[in-house]
Amino acid sequence: MFQIYLPIAEMSVDIFLLLGMGGVVGFLSGLFGVGGGFLMTPLLIFIGVPPPVAVGSEVNQVVAASVSGFMAHWRRRQVDFKMGVVLLSGGTLGSAFGVWLFGFLRDLGQINLVISISYVVMLGSIGTLMMVESVRTIVRRRRGTTARKKAHVHNWAHGLPFKMRFRTSRLYISAILPVGLGFVVGVLASLMGVGGGFLLVPAMIYLLGMPVSVVIGTSLFQITFVTAVATILHSANTQTVDVVLAGLLTLGAVIGAQFGTRVGAELRGEELRGLLALVVLGVCATLLWRLINEPSTLFSLSVVGLH
Amino acid sequence: MTRALHTFVAIVLAALSLGMRPAAAQDLIADISNHLISITSDFTGTELLVFGAIEGGGDVVVVVSGPRDSVIVRKKDRVFGIWINAESAEFDNVPAFYAVAATNPLEELAAPEQLRLYEIGLAGLRLEAEPDVDEAQEVEFLDALIQLKQENELYPTAPQHIDVVGGRLFRVKIPFPADVPVGSYLVQSFLIRDGLVASAQTSPLVVNKGGFGADLYEFAHAEGELYGILAVLGAVMAGLLGNLLFRRS
Repeated sequence: MFQIYLPIAEMSVDIFLLLGMGGVVGFLSGLFGVGGGFLMTPLLIFIGVPPPVAVGSEVNQVVAASVSGFMAHWRRRQVDFKMGVVLLSGGTLGSAFGVWLFGFLRDLGQINLVISISYVVMLGSIGTLMMVESVRTIVRRRRGTTARKKAHVHNWAHGLPFKMRFRTSRLYISAILPVGLGFVVGVLASLMGVGGGFLLVPAMIYLLGMPVSVVIGTSLFQITFVTAVATILHSANTQTVDVVLAGLLTLGAVIGAQFGTRVGAELRGEELRGLLALVVLGVCATLLWRLINEPSTLFSLSVVGLH
Repeated sequence: MTRALHTFVAIVLAALSLGMRPAAAQDLIADISNHLISITSDFTGTELLVFGAIEGGGDVVVVVSGPRDSVIVRKKDRVFGIWINAESAEFDNVPAFYAVAATNPLEELAAPEQLRLYEIGLAGLRLEAEPDVDEAQEVEFLDALIQLKQENELYPTAPQHIDVVGGRLFRVKIPFPADVPVGSYLVQSFLIRDGLVASAQTSPLVVNKGGFGADLYEFAHAEGELYGILAVLGAVMAGLLGNLLFRRS
């Protein structure tokens, strides 16, 4: 109907389909406070966008999705900038490594496979964890008992060298931990087009022991800058960032997120979280099916030296 | 670069082959309706008119071939239950587009060697695999390459038929699909007599993308870093603007 040509993906797509996808994923991210990159990239692959372009464009969209949240937390002084910069140093290295790996796998003809398998593993584990967590919470609530919260414990991580003091987080820990964590999230951003909040937030709380009050703001700081770096590196090296695609998704997502936030404030969490877990597992199963189902044609062509 | 070189070499060769047969050259005159096909966002395919005149009888063959590149053909195989790209074979000088039109079936016009010499018809195309590809694999992968190209309408299966009016004038329309590859094309017209190419003429054709999308594509590939920085700035502005618009309500 209203087809729009995506110049980097080199395909025409219905403009309302893209706005709608942006809106739905934006709604979900507003509802649950998640980034949404991990849902959007597979959806783009399902509608026929080449997986590399889905990743490159989505990483660009995550910049738009996370920057306003980062600014809001900054205004409330809920960002540990020192921790953020240390995370970001690892994140920049990780994202550079991820873009290099991306190009290497593409030359091998295996990038689509690696993107799909990464998503199957990631969505499968997130979906299962979320499902277990929400079922457990629902059961607990019905029984009327509350979970005991474990206090911050000392673990192996505190024996590592290169200790640094983080005043805002009231921590004195080895810099290796945040640098390493940033690196892993940076690789995920470049390779999968996700912000990585689903990994970053729990790791900052349980592994680094950061106070919950600064975790979200600091993770948004890291996500905004790492996805910005990944966008520039992908543009320079793999030419997979489609700004028309990213722009339309952002437009839909900004509107959807507003409604999501409002609805989320009025509804109870556990059932909804269980529902999101189902969506995540469904997307995971679809991706897995595409990997194991025999393709209609076994052969594919690619032009050497032309990406 | 290589594309431009191929085009140049082909034009020079064509010019030389004409120069060597000055008498026969006048027996064939051909031209095309359009030397530039511009693909804009509403492009749904087009037709190219090839027309001309022959003198003294004979058969006419028109070959339209697109820019030539090295192409990797990959075959999926099942590994641990998952279909992954396993074997591959690389072919050189593969035209991105290849269409043929003729007054009679090609095999009736000339011997395979002659067709192969001038790369007339799919059977005459000299598509050779890299040396590391063994023969059985080469046959299988070459078939797959041609089949995929045919499915995408880039190697049209049925050759267009050329009518010759009054034994002198000929014209034929060559269809181009919506996703025709960009680059430098060659339109070659051959006059065939007694199983031999008696005369040939080559016209260059350029297919390019036009409009906003093409400019953006060009920019993204030529100035990647700048494109990336602008993409980030755009995303930051969009994020902040969205926040600003909705915060008040």
